Amino acid sequence: MATQPDTPHLFRAAGVRKSYSSVVLDSVDFDLRRGEVHALVGENGAGKTTLARVISGLVAPDGGRLELRGAPYAPRNKLDAEHHGVRMVMQELNLIANLTVAESIFLDQLPHRLGWIDYRRLNDEARRLLDQVGLRHIEPTRLVKTLGVGHQQLVEIAAGLSRNCDLLILDEPTAALTDPEIELLFTQIARLKAAGTGIIYISHRMEEIKRISDRISILRDGQLVATKRSEEIELDQIVSLMVGRDLEEQVQRDQRKRGPLALRADKLRSGAAVQDVSFEAFRGQILGFAGLMGSGRTETMRAIFGADRLDLGSVRLHGAAEPVRIRSPRQAVAQGIALLTEDRKGQGLLLAQPIRVNLTLLCLCQLSRLGWVRGASERSEAKRWVNTMSLRCASIEQPVVQLSGGNQQKVVIAKWLFRDCDILIFDEPTRGIDVGAKFEIYRMLGELADQGKAVIVVSSDLKELLALCDRIAVMSAGRLAATFERGEWTQDKIMTAALSGYLATK
Amino acid sequence: MDPGQDHDRRPQRLPRHQVNNPTPTQSQSSRGTWWGWAEEYFGLLIALGLLITVFSLSTNHFLSLITFRTIANQIPSAIIVATGMTYVLIIAEIDLSVGSVLGLCTALTGVGLMRYHWPLPVALAAAAAMGLICGLFNGLVSVRWRLPSFIVTLGMLEMARGGAHALTNSQTQYIGTAIEGLAEATVLGLSFPFLLAIVIVIGAQLVLSRTIFGRYMIAIGTNEEAVRLSGIDPRPIKVVVFLLSGLLVAVAAVIDTSRFGSANPNAGTGFELQAIAAVVIGGTSLMGGRGSVITTFFGVLIIAVLNTGLAAVGAKDETKRLVTGLVIVAAVVLDHYRQRLRMSPRS
Repeated sequence: MATQPDTPHLFRAAGVRKSYSSVVLDSVDFDLRRGEVHALVGENGAGKTTLARVISGLVAPDGGRLELRGAPYAPRNKLDAEHHGVRMVMQELNLIANLTVAESIFLDQLPHRLGWIDYRRLNDEARRLLDQVGLRHIEPTRLVKTLGVGHQQLVEIAAGLSRNCDLLILDEPTAALTDPEIELLFTQIARLKAAGTGIIYISHRMEEIKRISDRISILRDGQLVATKRSEEIELDQIVSLMVGRDLEEQVQRDQRKRGPLALRADKLRSGAAVQDVSFEAFRGQILGFAGLMGSGRTETMRAIFGADRLDLGSVRLHGAAEPVRIRSPRQAVAQGIALLTEDRKGQGLLLAQPIRVNLTLLCLCQLSRLGWVRGASERSEAKRWVNTMSLRCASIEQPVVQLSGGNQQKVVIAKWLFRDCDILIFDEPTRGIDVGAKFEIYRMLGELADQGKAVIVVSSDLKELLALCDRIAVMSAGRLAATFERGEWTQDKIMTAALSGYLATK
Repeated sequence: MDPGQDHDRRPQRLPRHQVNNPTPTQSQSSRGTWWGWAEEYFGLLIALGLLITVFSLSTNHFLSLITFRTIANQIPSAIIVATGMTYVLIIAEIDLSVGSVLGLCTALTGVGLMRYHWPLPVALAAAAAMGLICGLFNGLVSVRWRLPSFIVTLGMLEMARGGAHALTNSQTQYIGTAIEGLAEATVLGLSFPFLLAIVIVIGAQLVLSRTIFGRYMIAIGTNEEAVRLSGIDPRPIKVVVFLLSGLLVAVAAVIDTSRFGSANPNAGTGFELQAIAAVVIGGTSLMGGRGSVITTFFGVLIIAVLNTGLAAVGAKDETKRLVTGLVIVAAVVLDHYRQRLRMSPRS
């Protein structure tokens, strides 16, 4: 598998920069040789996917230079990148469920005669391609939606391979694959390597990375901190490079005193994402949920809240001995649970409606008599909340869509505080929010815990959890991997636990 | 960066509302004040005024009491059906069955009075019950199986029309004086149906803008998932909205039966499209979450004045339809720009 050091560079990036509201890529130097598998690893938000998107033309970098086969390379869009032989197979599938396998593979270049699709040629070519990638058992005429997710992904990879492709980017390709499918994928990768294709492989499954990659690059906070030959680096070194030793020291603060038990979850199971989750949350404390993307944290919270079906397991509230059955968000709210969803705009807010309507939605009953809303008390309550939250807005009648991300989040928080729930679950409360508003939200969460509420925070920003929480539960591959008390934890321990579920060979 | 995401981000980037305002809530609330009302109804009133002016100038017999009495006699049932339709559109659903259900309720009233000799109150109660049953079916089926109301109510459209023909053997039932009294009654010179329609419009507008139920309707139309995740079950509210639509259709059916003194199984054919057109001209969004019954009332008036006026200047039927169609499209295009103005930050 060893690659000659003098193999010519296929691709080289120098000083690539990209910022959104914060810096995502900070002068990254990266290169890829022909016939090489180069793995990219890093925490959530370290910049792996952004780098891949820059290379595949989905995102234009703010600065830096890209070179492909020695010539300057600046893809205008995904199509342009594909003309240059650069392809990316994405985490989310691009396939259209109601088309056949053959149609999906050749969607942008369907063989036709005067606009009529030549199905014989289409299916023959698809057959040849599927054989080539070892998917002999898949009929080209099958509908994509009848395939499992794993096979859909393989079909998409096959589609990627059907074009001229010198540089292939695979973003978490094995997340949904079963063992034999993974083997099939690895055979294909070996075949492509032999043919001289360069492959960028993004994953957090360390076993796989060690097995198939030639070199490993570690990204942290948008910086490429190290590039090593795979055989030269051990797992624990990768982990400590991912979290960064220098950031170890943090605000030392005493753990809040544990209040009465507020919520106890036992062996929760929901869909494919939540396999086995048990934990306890106490009043007066903030419990953090750490884990990698897709480790099942959001799904766990949605199942507890009744937004998704809870297949197995039990939830006990407020120290009761009997479990409660929560089948809908309505029942959850009646039991004093609030969930502030990850997707603020899609699931949390009535974007087109004024701030007032959003704030009072949950508490209209208190502001009304016999079903009629008392306009004056509604307005004064809304104004009171706008002031308490120091919400920056023109008036309570301003549509929420016009507010900044931070102020929108404050509206969501205020809306739930109004309802006075005892257990508050925050899913990614600071995503897409500027730094100033972030600290205001941290302060609010702290105050809620001090008031004796049980606060649960799901976050992909580990530093945020370290600063904020009294306890941290770590999820990995749908299971609760470990729980740490404040003072016990280190970033290394948490990261190792977060990776643990993915280490075990399936 | 895909354009959708970029679009989402746009409102956040604008710095205007970041301006520090120590007492930000004291000023400029535009809704709920007289200025907000004027802003909302201004365009429609101008359009209505323009139409009346144009028709009055182009023919000297348009501007007369008779014209307006004719209009006032024709539109009560349209106003009442469009009121229910406004509610349905606000929760981002649609009810295509209103015309046929109107036919069915009419048929039931006629057959009940003439064939079975029910007393008038029983016949009216039967019509109301039939409207409610149809609404309940629409609501329950679309909510229970999460089906698009477009299809469910399209099915109801066929079923109800079939039912109307089955009840009457496809024969118009002549009723005569047994029911005509309802439409002929006048209060202060205005016909009873017209007054009833006005009362319904005002009541429905108050329920929409002042009650919890109305607020939930708007919230559901804006983002049903957000409502569900806020711990409010949207399903019963949606069913009630379809029920109300059915009930209002029954009321309109009784008014029409009374006006014509007969029950035609083909009554209300195409009524659903007229109602939707009126609601849309009034500025209620087909995407839900925004609308007003008062503006729907103006929408019905605009269509009625347009039709009467065009007839007065001697336009043929095909011209009338052409113009009405153009007005509908123009209203939607104008509303699109008005909304863009409202949703972008104030300058």
